[in-house]
Amino acid sequence: MLIRIITALIFLAASSVSMADLTIEINKGKDDPVPIAIVPFGWQSGLTVAEDIASIVESDLHRSGQFSPLSRSDMLGRPRNATEVYYRDWKSLGVDYVVVGTLSQEVTGTVTANYELLDVNTQRVILTGKESVSIDKPRYLAHTVSDKIYEKLTNIRGAFRTQLLYVSAVREGGNRTRFRLLKSDIDGANESVLFDSREPIMAPTWSPDGQKIAYVSFETTRPAIYIQDLRTNARTQLTSFKGLNGAPAFSPDGAKMAMVLSKDGSPDIYVMDLASGDLQRVTNHFAIDTEPAWMPDGKSIVFTSDRGGKPQIYKVNVSSGSVERVTFEGDYNARARVLADGLGLVMVHRENGNYHIAVLDLKRNRVEILTTTNLDESPSVAPNASMLLYATQYDGKGVLAAVSIDGGVKYRLPSRFGDVREPAWSPFLQ
Amino acid sequence: MKYQAKNMFLGVAFFSALLAGCASTDTDASGQEGADKVSTYTESTDSMNDSYNSDDMANLETVFYFEFDQATLTVKARKALDAQIVRLKKTTGPVRLEGHADERGTREYNIALAERRAISVADYMAINGIPRYRIETVSYGEERPVAFGQSESTYSQNRRVELK
Repeated sequence: MLIRIITALIFLAASSVSMADLTIEINKGKDDPVPIAIVPFGWQSGLTVAEDIASIVESDLHRSGQFSPLSRSDMLGRPRNATEVYYRDWKSLGVDYVVVGTLSQEVTGTVTANYELLDVNTQRVILTGKESVSIDKPRYLAHTVSDKIYEKLTNIRGAFRTQLLYVSAVREGGNRTRFRLLKSDIDGANESVLFDSREPIMAPTWSPDGQKIAYVSFETTRPAIYIQDLRTNARTQLTSFKGLNGAPAFSPDGAKMAMVLSKDGSPDIYVMDLASGDLQRVTNHFAIDTEPAWMPDGKSIVFTSDRGGKPQIYKVNVSSGSVERVTFEGDYNARARVLADGLGLVMVHRENGNYHIAVLDLKRNRVEILTTTNLDESPSVAPNASMLLYATQYDGKGVLAAVSIDGGVKYRLPSRFGDVREPAWSPFLQ
Repeated sequence: MKYQAKNMFLGVAFFSALLAGCASTDTDASGQEGADKVSTYTESTDSMNDSYNSDDMANLETVFYFEFDQATLTVKARKALDAQIVRLKKTTGPVRLEGHADERGTREYNIALAERRAISVADYMAINGIPRYRIETVSYGEERPVAFGQSESTYSQNRRVELK
C-alpha cells in the first residue's frame, strides 16, 4: 500500500513537470462512442521518438467524444501492421476499428509513420497512410494521423492540428497581476508565451490564414489594438484612438479589421482597411454596439447592442449600414461567433441570471443551450464546427472548457495556476 | 426614466463630439504615458507637502460605486464626488477616471459599461466646474477586479470608478 502511494506521488511529481499548462478532463462523452483500438506503434531499431504517437492519437480521438479507445492493458496483442492482426481477438473485445503502425527514419532528421486503419467487422484495411515530419515534431505527426482517421470515420475534416490562443492572469503580491497571451496546440501541449504584460490583455483573435493575430493590450495604460506576426513575432500597434479600442476581428479575406471604437461618443462598430488604414464607421447609435463577428461572406457583421434596452445580437450590412435584429429569445444574448457555414451562431445566453453558451440555428431560429455551468463566456468555434471552446469558472478559477456543437461532449482544460480565459480556436493551419 | 437615460447618452455623445475636435492631441499624449505618470506622481508629492491638502485627500472617497448593469450615479456617489470636486477646484493637474465592472456578462460589454460609468463621473465633474481638458477616462471593464469570488459583496466592490 505504502509503495503504491509512493509510486503515485512520484508519478504525480513527474507528470506535473512534463504536463502542459492545460490538462484535459472529459466529463461528458457521447452516449454511443465508437470503440476503437490504437495499438502502440512499432519502431525501427535504434530510432528514438520523444513521444508515444499512438497515445496521442488515442487522446485526440477520445477528446472528440466520438470514440472510446480500448485500454492498452486490455489488448491481447501488439500487431504492427495488418498482416499481424487477428480480427477475432479484436472482435471479442468489442472493438469496431483497429489502428496499427510503425515508425521509421527514411531521411535523417525526420520520422515517418506508416499506419493502417482496419475495420474489424468487414476484416478489411480501410485506410493506409504514410506521414513524415521533422524528428522534433512527433506530436504533429500524431495529430496528422488523428486527422486522417477522424476524417475517414466521420467524413468531417479533422481539427487536431489546430492551435488556440488564450489569456492568463496570475495574481502576484501587492495587488499586481501578470497578464500573458499564450498559444498552444489544441490539446494544450507546446504552450508558448506570445506577449507578457503587467496591464490587461484582451480579445485575442486569428487572421484567417493563421499567420497573424490581433489583440488588445493596455500596455500604454489605455486600450489599443495590436497585430502580431506569428512567424517573426513582430508587433505593430494598429489603433490608439481616444476611448475604447476593442474586439478586433479580421474579415474573412484578411484585408480588413472590424473593431469597436468609442472615439465619436458611444461604442460603435468600425471597419479598418488594413492596407490603407482607412476607417469606416459601420454602426451609429448612442447605445453600446460591440463584439463584431463577420459573416462568412464578408458582407455583413453580427454584433451585440443594447439599443433595445438589453444586449441582443444584431446584424449590419457593411456597405449599406442597414441593421436587423437577430436574437429575440431571452433578455441577454451577446458575443456571437459565426459557424463556418454561416447557418448558425454560438453566443452567451443568460437564463435565470446564469450565463451559458448557446447555439442559435439561423434557419429554424431556435436557441439551444449547450452548457450548464454559470459565468460561461467567450465561445470560439473549431474550424470544422465540431466543437467550441469557451471560458468558465471552476473551483474559483477561470478555466477553459470545450463542448460539442450538439452539446453531447464536454471537457475542461483547467490551468495549473492563475486564471485563463478568452480562448480563440485557430483556423485550419495547413 | 428611460427618456432621461436617453437624454444622458445624447449628452455624452454631445460632449464627446466636442472632445473629438482635440482627439488628435489626445492621442499624441498617449505616446508619452511615462511622462504623464511622472507628472501625476510629482503632483501628488507636492500635495503631500501641503498638510491641508493631504488631510483633505485622506478623508475623501476616491472610489465611486454603481448598481448592477447601471452607469447612473447613486446619491452616495454624488456626495462623495461633490467633496472631491471641492478639492479638485483647488488644484490644476490632470484627473484620471478608471471605470470598472463586475465579472457578470461578456468582457466587451462590460468594458463598454465601465466606460459609461467613467463618463458619468466625468460629466458630473464637468457640469460642476472641473474643466474637461483636465479629465481623462479609461475603461478597464472586468479586467482589474479588487475583490474576488462570486458574491454580491464582491461584485458591488468591483462596480466602480476610481479617481487617480
